[in-house]
Amino acid sequence: MAIGLEHYLVVAAVLFTLGVAGIIINRKNIIIILMSVELILLSVNLNLVAFSQQLNDLTGQIFALFILTVAAAEAAIGLAILVTYFRNRGTIAVEDINMMKG
Amino acid sequence: MSVATAFFYLFSIVTIASAVMVISARNPVHSVLFLILAFVNAAGLFLLTGAEFLAMILVVVYVGAVAVLFLFVVMMLDVDFAELKQGFLQYLPIGMLVGVIVLIELAAMIMLWHVAPVMKLATPTPDNLSNTAAIGQVLYTQYVYLFQAAGFVLLTAMVGAIVLTLQHKPNVRRQVIADQNARTRASAIEVKKVPSRAGV
Repeated sequence: MAIGLEHYLVVAAVLFTLGVAGIIINRKNIIIILMSVELILLSVNLNLVAFSQQLNDLTGQIFALFILTVAAAEAAIGLAILVTYFRNRGTIAVEDINMMKG
Repeated sequence: MSVATAFFYLFSIVTIASAVMVISARNPVHSVLFLILAFVNAAGLFLLTGAEFLAMILVVVYVGAVAVLFLFVVMMLDVDFAELKQGFLQYLPIGMLVGVIVLIELAAMIMLWHVAPVMKLATPTPDNLSNTAAIGQVLYTQYVYLFQAAGFVLLTAMVGAIVLTLQHKPNVRRQVIADQNARTRASAIEVKKVPSRAGV
C-alpha cells in the first residue's frame, strides 16, 4: 500500500488533537501549554508539506517556512515573558495569573 | 511493504507516541526531550514527502534553537512542578472528550475532502531542480517581501526577548561609552613634577 496524502493528514490530525488535548489537560503548567502550541504548529506544517507534495505546488512549503519563523518568534517571546513573570511573582501557575481581573 | 512505507509508519508512530508523552510526562524536562524526539521524527516525515530543506530547517531551528530554549527555561526556573501537576486527573476526562470531538471532526473533514477541479497552482514545483534550489528560486523572487517581513518578525522577537529579560542589577559597574568618549587628557591624567631622589 503506497503512502498517500490521507496518511499524512491522519498523522497531522492526531498530532493536532494531542496538542489541543494537551492544552486542556495541563492547564496549570504554562510551559507544557507552550509545548502543546508547538505541537499544533508542527501538525499544521505537516499538512502544508503533504499538500505541497501532493499538488506539486511549492507554496505549501514556503508557507510552512513562514509558520516555522513565527513559531520560533512566539516561543522566544513567550518564554521571555515567562521568565520575567517568574522573576516578579515567583510562580508560573496559570491560575495565579489574575492581576488584571476586575 | 516498501522501505518508504515502513519508514513512514516508523516515523509517524514515534512522532505520535512522543507527542503523547509530551502532554503526559510527569517531569517537564522529559516533556521537552520528547518534544525534541517528535520534531526529529516529523523531520523524517518531511524527508519522506520530498521536502528536504524544511526537514533540515526543522532540525536546525526547532531542535537546535526552540527546544533548547525550552530546556533552558525549564531548568532555569525553580518551579515546584509537582504542584502544577495536581489538576492532571481532574482535567483528563474533559481533555479526552475535547480531543475525541476534535479528532472526529478532523476525520470527517479528511473523508469528505477533495481538490477543486479548476484548481490553479500558485508556484508549480519545477522539474530537474533540487528541493532547496526550487524553494530558493521562489523565496527570493516571488515571496521576497514576505521573506523580509519574516526577518522583521524575528528581529522584533529578538529585541523583545532581550528587553523583557535584561535586568540591571544594582552594585554592578556598567560600561558607559559616552563617559569613556568624553574623557580628555586634562581629566584623565595629572602631571607631577617629582624632584630627584625625593619620591612621590
